[in-house]
Amino acid sequence: MENILSTRNVNKFFYDPIEFHALKNIEFDVKKGEFLSLIGKSGSGKSTLLYILSTMDTDYKGELIIDNQLVTGLPADKLAELRNEKIGFVFQFHYLLPEFTCLQNVMIPALKLGKYSEQEIEAKAYQKLEILGIKDQALKLASKLSGGQQQRVAIARALINDPLIIMGDEPTGNLDSKNTDIVFDIFQELTRNYGQTIIAVTHDDDFSKKSDRIIEMKDGIILR
Amino acid sequence: MDINYKIAKTYIFSNKKLTAVAVLGVVLGMSIYIFMNCMMVGFNKSSNTSIFKSTSHIRVYKEDQISKSLIEKDGNSKNLIINPKVVPSNNTIINPNMISQIISKIEKVTVVTPQVNTNVFYNNGKSQISGLATGIKPDEANLMYNIKSFMVEGDFDVLKSNPNGILIGSGIAEKMNLAVSDNLNLNSSKGVNRTFKVVGIFKTNNSNTDKTKSYINFSAAQQLLKEGNSFVTDINVNITDPENAEVIADKITRITGYKAEGWKQSNETLMAANKMRKIIITFVSLTILLVAGFGIYNILNMTVSQKINDIAILKAMGFKGKDVIRIFVTQALSIGLMGVFGGILMATLLITILKNVYIGGDIGYFPIDYELEKYIQGIVIGLIITFLAGYFPAKKAANVDPVSILRK
Repeated sequence: MENILSTRNVNKFFYDPIEFHALKNIEFDVKKGEFLSLIGKSGSGKSTLLYILSTMDTDYKGELIIDNQLVTGLPADKLAELRNEKIGFVFQFHYLLPEFTCLQNVMIPALKLGKYSEQEIEAKAYQKLEILGIKDQALKLASKLSGGQQQRVAIARALINDPLIIMGDEPTGNLDSKNTDIVFDIFQELTRNYGQTIIAVTHDDDFSKKSDRIIEMKDGIILR
Repeated sequence: MDINYKIAKTYIFSNKKLTAVAVLGVVLGMSIYIFMNCMMVGFNKSSNTSIFKSTSHIRVYKEDQISKSLIEKDGNSKNLIINPKVVPSNNTIINPNMISQIISKIEKVTVVTPQVNTNVFYNNGKSQISGLATGIKPDEANLMYNIKSFMVEGDFDVLKSNPNGILIGSGIAEKMNLAVSDNLNLNSSKGVNRTFKVVGIFKTNNSNTDKTKSYINFSAAQQLLKEGNSFVTDINVNITDPENAEVIADKITRITGYKAEGWKQSNETLMAANKMRKIIITFVSLTILLVAGFGIYNILNMTVSQKINDIAILKAMGFKGKDVIRIFVTQALSIGLMGVFGGILMATLLITILKNVYIGGDIGYFPIDYELEKYIQGIVIGLIITFLAGYFPAKKAANVDPVSILRK
């Protein structure tokens, strides 16, 4: 299996309020279609690492390679294009745009990408919402949905451009066990059936145990 | 429709109250700007109209000369003239016909007419008024001053056929109890006494002019001054655009050698007042428009702060900095456009109302009109201000670091 994402000797420092070595020589590879959990105690650097992997945080030393392309040092606009096309995000606090309907929320990244016509995108968005079992909520405003539903809309949005990698920052952190199971099943299906890669930061042991691979971090280094 | 515009549109309509307040600000600023500037143009036009009832755009005359030393000054010698005086030569323009012809060939010149001014006393019985009799060639003078438009009694054209005809100001007519076809005796500064027949009465609404001025035939004025028919004190020139008077006056001076004076030079006090009015109105109306701009700035700043999560997530999903700028600038410009549109309507309404207000006196109806130029000026300045008011908050939004927001 080919590598979809690799880090080479990544180091991260925080300078405020005092100098702090947050990540130390992080080096690992992620294979295509892998379901990877990043775990570790609070302050271990796992979220910091995730945001570096996401290309949003560019203030680090070392190299990041996504889809055989060195992304370290690319200009911000190029990184934005790359995120739009290749990476989907699911955050702990779902972060939908509250004034848009669920359908619009799901469609936005695809409209930005501009690869398909609006009709095609709409059909695709409905399809994604159907996979997540919330097609009936499509035309409601995002702010009118329950937390679990919103999280599923956020996942649908992450999927709309068929990204190579889906990154989650505590994607189940705000959900009850029933919804957690649903989200997990969806993630698993994505890796098995669609060959998409998932990298999720989580506190949830049940969630991580079921994933393909666990990277545990402590004090800025990878334990295992 | 582009996704950036879609998002901007949603933001505009999701908070209708804020948008309405911002739009209202622009509407007010815009309408006041257009309204005040149109009013200024109206004032200037009305004051110019009253100036041009008795003044030409350019006046060409022979300037008095101070006596010069007879001997040419050479290297070491000093010029010494004790008690210099105006040289006692007459102030006629030599060969006026040729000079008139030369001037009329200059570009943009519309009317050229010679004129003889003479100070006179109007006598009727015991009452006597001093004033100014202006000798004119009736047709040309009418082209220049449009005298017919402010005739209140009598017939201007009779002046052409009656060499003893006189047109008098309404003030003189009132004071001396004169009506059309009455006789009026004139005493010139050269002591010539002659009786004229009143053929018409005019009213310029400038009471000073109305109380002193009269128009007589060109030749009659020459006779009052005991001069021949080549005697001309002034050549008056009208041009296409009075604003160019200074430039063309310079040209005339260079070509003819006679002093040519633009109307602005001869009405400096009025020009100074106009200038001051312009400064004040421009300043006030711009300030009002600027305040509207601050309104937009505030509201967009607020929107940016409120939507900071949205901005972070949009950036995470691959929106570039310039996309974010486009979203918020679009929002600002939409508010601006709505405001500009409303402002145009409101300004037009205000002007329409004021146009029909009768002031009376010198002015008549309120001197204001729909000035296309001022409308365009307002629209352009309004849109520039709204663009800037939107750009700075948008720039701020574009610089939002998504990591710092999403990690909270």
